Amino acid sequence: MPAPIIKVDAISKSFGAFKVLDGLSMQVMPGEKLALIGPSGSGKTTILRILMTLERIDGGHIQIDGEQLYHMERNGQLLPADERHLAKMRQKIGMVFQLFNLFPHKCVMDNVTLAPMLTKGVARAAAEKRAMELLDMVGLADKAKAMPAQLSGGQKQRVAIARALALSPKIMLFDEVTSALDPELVEEVLNVMRKLAAETDMTMLLVTHEMGFAHDFADRVLFFDRGKIVEEGKPDEIFRHPKQERTQGFLKKIIAAGHRV
Amino acid sequence: MEWDWNFVREIMPTLIQGVKITILATVLGSILAAIVGLAIALARRSPNRAVSRSVGWFAEFVRGTPLLVQLYFIFYVLPDFGILLPPLVAGGIGLGLHYGTYTAEVYRAGIDNVPRGQWEAAKACNLSGHHTWTHVILPQAIPPMIPALANYFIAMFKETPLLSAITVLELMNQAKSVANSYYRYVEPMTLVGAFFLVISLCSVVLLRWLEHRYGRIER
Repeated sequence: MPAPIIKVDAISKSFGAFKVLDGLSMQVMPGEKLALIGPSGSGKTTILRILMTLERIDGGHIQIDGEQLYHMERNGQLLPADERHLAKMRQKIGMVFQLFNLFPHKCVMDNVTLAPMLTKGVARAAAEKRAMELLDMVGLADKAKAMPAQLSGGQKQRVAIARALALSPKIMLFDEVTSALDPELVEEVLNVMRKLAAETDMTMLLVTHEMGFAHDFADRVLFFDRGKIVEEGKPDEIFRHPKQERTQGFLKKIIAAGHRV
Repeated sequence: MEWDWNFVREIMPTLIQGVKITILATVLGSILAAIVGLAIALARRSPNRAVSRSVGWFAEFVRGTPLLVQLYFIFYVLPDFGILLPPLVAGGIGLGLHYGTYTAEVYRAGIDNVPRGQWEAAKACNLSGHHTWTHVILPQAIPPMIPALANYFIAMFKETPLLSAITVLELMNQAKSVANSYYRYVEPMTLVGAFFLVISLCSVVLLRWLEHRYGRIER
């Protein structure tokens, strides 16, 4: 059995007096597609942000690809990670945000090539060639010279996916990537993600309210509530036969709100 | 007292010399204020408390004391410590430092206006702190603040007559000297006002254009 690519061990995180994550542990295998579901404030977005090093943890340990994320091993001791170590670890991880966060002053092409050129020293020609492949993959090769403001939300999000892929991360984090989109634009983004899941062996973690998509996409579903994983299992088990009362209650509410499962 | 056009013609070359120095002092001061302001704004965001605090106090101190006093210090007091500056350089430094503490606030607001998501995207792209500033944050923060910066530069331009106090031969000083030697004040002083008015009005037109061009950013 291969080693897990993500190993989260008893991490806790508070914002002020509010405990978002409370001794959370989980493991993700290489290539696994994971859907994180649960009510808002349950900590599912926070764990993605922690993996991307956008939030610090208060306690616990995280291993990515066999290495400590927030700690460095020096002479057998675990020390808090410095910026250099964090930068090295970030190379393994990419993230796509709910609000896209494209760089509005740069054209689509430059959005995708910026990081490879600056962080990996890739030459412009090579970076642009790779960017064109990625833009082609997300169906936006003809928009390479467009500015983000000229794109629809769905197009922006597809560019954001291409931008994250340009650094060839081993792990991709998707944080409610369709929540800010008009309903008719959701499908084009989900299609790109289906394609990604089918064509690559990247590990993908997905926080979503699209239960139908989570069901089809994920190998495993984690149900979060109050900073803990209440229940996990294959999509069918979680969506069709939830065991825990809180999972059942949550799914009932979601279905009542009109979401397809 | 009558308006004497012949006198005007006579003193015009001297006054134009003064205008050149006035503009030069403004340009020097503006460049310095733009750099000092950015440096102060960045230093105040430093995670190092000692740096951010002391720079904050320095800015408060400069803003809380008159420009004229600062000019006297730079030109007449610093030589006691072995720092002897030519008048125009001292004047440029004085203007730049003083207005830099104001432009720092413009930079601060501009930087704060860049959405948090941009910092996070830069981090997710694994950009270094330096690259995040130079490629993501400042290119978005600076264009919308150009009108506000230009406003301060125009204000600075109108304060350049203070430099006459430290012997800079700018417009006001030249006008004073021709007035004193001919005992005629009406033409030189009127012309000083006219020069400032014309240049200010042109600057305001430029400012409107800048506001139109840079005042908003599309997201």
